[in-house]
Amino acid sequence: MELLVFLIFAFLAVAASLVVVAHKNPVYSTMALVVTLFAVAVLFVLLGAPFIGVLQVLIYTGAIVVLFLFVIMLLNIGREESQLAGHKAQFFTAIFGSVLFGGLVILALSSVRMGAQSDGPSLALVSLKGLATTLFTEYLLPFEIIGLLLLVAVIGATVAARRPPQGEGSVHPQKEEAQP
Amino acid sequence: MNVDVLVTVVKAVVVLVLLLQVAPIMIWVERRGSAFMQDRPGPNRLGPFGLFQGLADAVKFLFKEDVTPALADKPLYLAAPVLALLPAFTTSVVLPWGPNFHWGDKDYRFIIADADTGVLLFLALASLGVYSLVMAGYASNNKFSLLGSIRASAQLISYELAMTVSVLAVVIPVNSFNLGDVVEYQRTHVWNFLPQFLGFLVFSVAAFAETNRLPFDLPEAESELIAGFHTEYSAMRFAAFFMAEYTSMAALSALGVTLYFGGWSLPWINYEGLGWIGVAIGLGTLLAKVAVCMFIFVWVRWTFPRFRYDQLMRLGWKFLLPVAILNLIAVAAMTLAGWL
Repeated sequence: MELLVFLIFAFLAVAASLVVVAHKNPVYSTMALVVTLFAVAVLFVLLGAPFIGVLQVLIYTGAIVVLFLFVIMLLNIGREESQLAGHKAQFFTAIFGSVLFGGLVILALSSVRMGAQSDGPSLALVSLKGLATTLFTEYLLPFEIIGLLLLVAVIGATVAARRPPQGEGSVHPQKEEAQP
Repeated sequence: MNVDVLVTVVKAVVVLVLLLQVAPIMIWVERRGSAFMQDRPGPNRLGPFGLFQGLADAVKFLFKEDVTPALADKPLYLAAPVLALLPAFTTSVVLPWGPNFHWGDKDYRFIIADADTGVLLFLALASLGVYSLVMAGYASNNKFSLLGSIRASAQLISYELAMTVSVLAVVIPVNSFNLGDVVEYQRTHVWNFLPQFLGFLVFSVAAFAETNRLPFDLPEAESELIAGFHTEYSAMRFAAFFMAEYTSMAALSALGVTLYFGGWSLPWINYEGLGWIGVAIGLGTLLAKVAVCMFIFVWVRWTFPRFRYDQLMRLGWKFLLPVAILNLIAVAAMTLAGWL
């Protein structure tokens, strides 16, 4: 039963991520990204981490991808007219990349088998209380540092997005004198 | 194992049937209620007190011509109404709809998805509601729809934050995200809206904003944007948006009632000794509380003028979020002090 659910959502995640990468229309790519993230959230739940799965949907799908969509819609990013599509070099690079990725997957799987203690897809659920306790006792310093990092990011975004104050590198200095 | 699945299916069917009744009933309540407030009769032709108006509306929606704009982005245009119904119905799986009941040889809770991450799952699924608005506005190939959907998405993600923080404050004294535990906590302590009144206010305001109801209904502002993001939708597709709005109002009301007003419980009734009658009383209590909330939604709609967009954003970020954080700190302090 769990294997069936895993297969369905893993297939969905892979198919949707292929759409994200390959589709010409950026809005469709973003929607496919939503589907990918949702499928990955389900896989998180299957692995025994429902909290991470829910947070994935809440934060990533619910806020971050919405911001992606904002940018795409407001900047009216059109369909991608790719001049490079079908170029010979792209084909060989794709083959090379897939071989590398395949090698990485085989390496990861074989290392898991060597030190295997788990018994297949049914793992114990990570309890929310255990996660919270560990986060706020053992990993308190990294947690606070991450908070500080987010604060720095917010300040940086505010500074980067503000209009420059008047008289400091204004774009059209001649416009005010043009009126008779 | 089989009995568990059967019980879950029965719970899901009961909840689904209840949620499907919301839209037709609300059509009548909205139109008669608004008429009453505006000192006019309202629909009174179809059936006694106009009670069959909902049926007439449903038939109208079914038989209307389904127009699709020629230059609309077909897949997104067709998917948007379907996606609108998704958060409205799926969020109700984590709500406790009644007291525990006994079936076969086990006790079951009346929650369809009794997960540890209860409320967070509700918020996560509710946050998916933005996508139907965005897709509808973008795919309609219409300036007004696009404007409406951009306003809607900005509004929704801003007020989501305030709502999440106010919900977190409720979770702190209960020590669990599970909504069944929240109700159990309120059965033994005072209902949450008294010690957490600030949080309740923030949640109510955010609930109005999340469901795009007046005074926050800029996304579908009739006098400004024709019909906002659902301008280009007719017949059943519009009915889907319409139904999704009312159902998400009901689900959010049910969440608010569960978090702040004791959910399905009344403080002086002993549900354990009453068995199935107790379940019926609990379910009826919850539905009555939700009905009061829905009436308040209608009441507020026909009382207040609409917020301007910048006023709306200012309210969400500069007032509600700090108040919600203040509430969170206060509740944390009270819990540490042992008062809650």
